[in-house]
Amino acid sequence: MQQDAPKAVDDAALNARFEARIEAGETIEPKDWMPERYRTQLIRMMSQHAHSEIVGMLPEGNWITRAPSLKRKMSLIAKVQDEAGHGLYIYCGTETLGVDRAELVDQLLTGKAKYSSIFNYPTLSWADMGVIGWFVDGAAIVNQTVLAKASYGPYARAMIRICKEENFHKKQGYEIMATLANGTPAQKAMAQDAVNRWWWPSLMMLGPSDANSPNTAELIKWRVKRKTNDELRQRFIDLTVPQAQAVDLTLPDPDLKYNEETGHWEHGPIDWDEFWAVVKGNGPCNRERLQARRDAHEKGAWVREAAAAYAAKHQPASASNAA
Amino acid sequence: MSRSTKVSGPVPAADKEAGGPGADGTGAERDGATQWPLWEVFAQEAQGAAHEHVGSLHAADAEMALQNARDVYARRGPIVSLWVVPSAAITASPSDEAGSFFDPGADKIYRHPQFYKIPRGVKGF
Repeated sequence: MQQDAPKAVDDAALNARFEARIEAGETIEPKDWMPERYRTQLIRMMSQHAHSEIVGMLPEGNWITRAPSLKRKMSLIAKVQDEAGHGLYIYCGTETLGVDRAELVDQLLTGKAKYSSIFNYPTLSWADMGVIGWFVDGAAIVNQTVLAKASYGPYARAMIRICKEENFHKKQGYEIMATLANGTPAQKAMAQDAVNRWWWPSLMMLGPSDANSPNTAELIKWRVKRKTNDELRQRFIDLTVPQAQAVDLTLPDPDLKYNEETGHWEHGPIDWDEFWAVVKGNGPCNRERLQARRDAHEKGAWVREAAAAYAAKHQPASASNAA
Repeated sequence: MSRSTKVSGPVPAADKEAGGPGADGTGAERDGATQWPLWEVFAQEAQGAAHEHVGSLHAADAEMALQNARDVYARRGPIVSLWVVPSAAITASPSDEAGSFFDPGADKIYRHPQFYKIPRGVKGF
């Protein structure tokens, strides 16, 4: 590049125009100019989100064969299939930034990319299927409802599709919990045990507190995020506490109390050491989850190869690989 | 970068650097894994409605693209029709900073009914 100086001037002008567009609330589309940092931050955030959807199929897939009724089994299969679809929506959105899915999947399988910490916890009982829908999808809805207004068009549009489907996830989970909580003492105990195990990881899932979230300020400036992690967490707690009360389940936080003045529920301290340990690969199931993804990828290789060979063999010469 | 001369598609395939899977249409091999070509999906939500772009997906051929489109974008109603189009087959207008492409439509107020006056007293025009 011999024209460094003029290029720098161009970039400054383009950058100013980009910031003005963000400021005006415009949506950024794939072909629009964007700062390289905006692009890389979006690729990081969106691919993490897509990976989370895909890895998120594992804890629930674990219970499909042991669902207690045909109705519950149908719901669970549909939900897990939705998660696959959500992963695909977001991968395809991420690809509009000029990266391809194979590369992103590679980053997941090699452990280079992160995914949501919540999916590194084990699903020990049927009640975990209920509490995941209620808490984990509930927290995801709080997060994704805001992301549906993100400045990057393909991300926002994927979120709108996803939010429409997540409501079914949350509701079926809460129904499972309400049923167990109204069941035998053993069923109620199973529900309470699941609540005890999943409450804190669900709060952590919304991300590190604002003081320790290095990316938040930049993402908010660019209107990728519209609320901070702590704001999202507060909203999730405020929504969930009354739902727990309604089915007579106790959230495992002795410090949880309602503040009349602010109108918010205040929570006790979160164990961030646990959160960072899980993020860094040392949660209860990190290795198991990654291994399951690697196995699926490797064992599925013959399907991908066979489909490509079949397509090559049957494609009419003129239409061959227009894509 | 001469963005204005070659109008690229709205999707990554056309925006990609040369050699990326999907860009050259060969479903390029990478590390032994096969990246299938990219397709854009259009769905019609009701009889009589227009087909709208809903997203994209990878598939080995058109038949698989349609089946994947059904599973990814039409798991719940009401979708009555799907189109899949190879992403590389789409040619799109320039992005907004390319400027004047849409100018011819921007300054012709006489193409709108508000430009014309109707005499007072004419009712139900």
